[in-house]
Amino acid sequence: MTSLEIRNLALAAIALAVAACLPLYGSDYLKSMGITVAMFTVLATSWALFSGPTHYISLATAAFFGVGTYTTGLGFETLPFWSLIAIAGVLGAVLAALVGLATLRLSGVYFVIFTLGLAELVRQVITWTQNMSGQKGLYVLTDLTEDQLYLMLVGLAALVYLTGWLIGRSRLGFALRIIGDDETVAAHSGINTATAKVLLFMVSGSVAAMTGAILAPRYVYIEPALAFAPILSFQVVIMALLGGVHRLWGPIVGVIPFTLIWETISVSFPSQVTLFLGIAFLVIVYFIPNGFVGLIEKARDWARKREGFA
Amino acid sequence: MDIMIIGLLLGGTYALIALGLNLQYGVARIMNLANGEMLVAGGFTAFWFYTAGQISPLLTIFIVAPVAFALNWLIYRIMLEPLVKRAKTRGQLEVDSILATFGLSFVAVGLMLAAFGGDYFNYSFLAKPVTIMGDTYAQNRVAAFVAAVIICAVLYGWLNWSRSGLSIRALSVSPESARLVGINTRSLSAVAFALGGAVTATGGALVSSFLTLDASAGIAFTLKALIIVIMGGVGDIRGTIIAALLLGVVETLVASLIDPGLTLAAAYTLFILILLFRPQGLFGRRPT
Repeated sequence: MTSLEIRNLALAAIALAVAACLPLYGSDYLKSMGITVAMFTVLATSWALFSGPTHYISLATAAFFGVGTYTTGLGFETLPFWSLIAIAGVLGAVLAALVGLATLRLSGVYFVIFTLGLAELVRQVITWTQNMSGQKGLYVLTDLTEDQLYLMLVGLAALVYLTGWLIGRSRLGFALRIIGDDETVAAHSGINTATAKVLLFMVSGSVAAMTGAILAPRYVYIEPALAFAPILSFQVVIMALLGGVHRLWGPIVGVIPFTLIWETISVSFPSQVTLFLGIAFLVIVYFIPNGFVGLIEKARDWARKREGFA
Repeated sequence: MDIMIIGLLLGGTYALIALGLNLQYGVARIMNLANGEMLVAGGFTAFWFYTAGQISPLLTIFIVAPVAFALNWLIYRIMLEPLVKRAKTRGQLEVDSILATFGLSFVAVGLMLAAFGGDYFNYSFLAKPVTIMGDTYAQNRVAAFVAAVIICAVLYGWLNWSRSGLSIRALSVSPESARLVGINTRSLSAVAFALGGAVTATGGALVSSFLTLDASAGIAFTLKALIIVIMGGVGDIRGTIIAALLLGVVETLVASLIDPGLTLAAAYTLFILILLFRPQGLFGRRPT
């Protein structure tokens, strides 16, 4: 390990420790923000693991998340909670594999369109089955506290970062970067591009489903319209892009400010959230295409150049 | 039988909407995800003219179309052309235009929510029965269908036999070669995009005469139009029309035989089948 890697590892460990101790020192407001930030960190980082290198924009987060919440909702009375998280992870991976096999062999547009409607598709099917069986929503009553849910999310976040770091160093990560640069070149140099993309998409889908499973008790009552709210997918995309998807630590740089602004706007101007979401998209595309991380790196390069000339 | 006809009537208006998107994606190469909002805006205008002045939506389209054309032309020139210039590859342009038009779509929904509120809106235009082959249908659906057929026919004729229409098709088939034969690709792309927006807005004005819309209804129409375009083949007018009719019939079948809540699921099933078995579109040739 180089000294730079050791430094980064130490920084990551400190950040994780500070995050994990939040229940000890945080106020109620901080704790409630903490759980939202942790949730979006996990979702946005796992989203960027797939979409960052490949440039495939996935809007399926809400679908995977909803599948996770429903796993907990249907099984929490009979099975231990930890096993539900694992089951949700497996279901998310299976769903991602199915979607990936159908669409990732083709161009990016097909994938975007398909994922855009996936949450709605699953929602319609679940609503329909509920109508057939005459059941409405589900109550998820557990004795888990907010602090426990928060710690589970932080644990999951640590897992996501570890996975991302390992993938980045593996042959798979290298293959994905080549695919993102030029898919034809990747295919010619013997990379099975479809398999690589599907595998990574499965990681991302599985993590989103686990997040949903962990957060289900927080909602207490779940119904299809709530569990599969499509806006979640868009929030995740914006946060990840705002932070920057070409670095593992990028998304969290976008998650924290965006969550704060989002909370403020949805409290004071609840009818303007859609407008705000749209403006955020436009700002990212036109002004900060590489996210905050891109800006930071640009500033650092500029500072270095100045030093060089001085 | 009556299900088939209702489905075809619905499919006719879908064809118009999807043709608009196909012009934008097939010719101007912009995957416009704000397409559905243009439709809702067209519907809003028709609603407003009808309730304020009793003006028939069939006349409103003559106002909606030029305004939408101008608006879309400006959108392309101001917002999308910089992205076209910036993009190094087609893939980069696709990602950028998807994000930018998503932004536009949300901004449009936000503005419409602020201006008109979140209520559903509908009005009763020609809500009288008409008998076709022994069954009765609402006159407004039939009128919308006839109008859609006329517009599709005019558009088809224009694209196939006029000089400007042929240049648009040349641009769609091969942008590089189109430049070589002296076609101004940049200004023609803007025209194609604007025309697509105008066609979609017209479709919206027609749809509003028999469907209930609200400010956030656009995205469902965008999805359907996208599915139709991909089913029919990008840049293929004939394929788009047939795919739209097919989707209209399948949706109506599912809604009346199984459950009205499953229409999107039905559209998606069609979409998956196409992706798995004919990803080049219904009539497209398999690339070699």
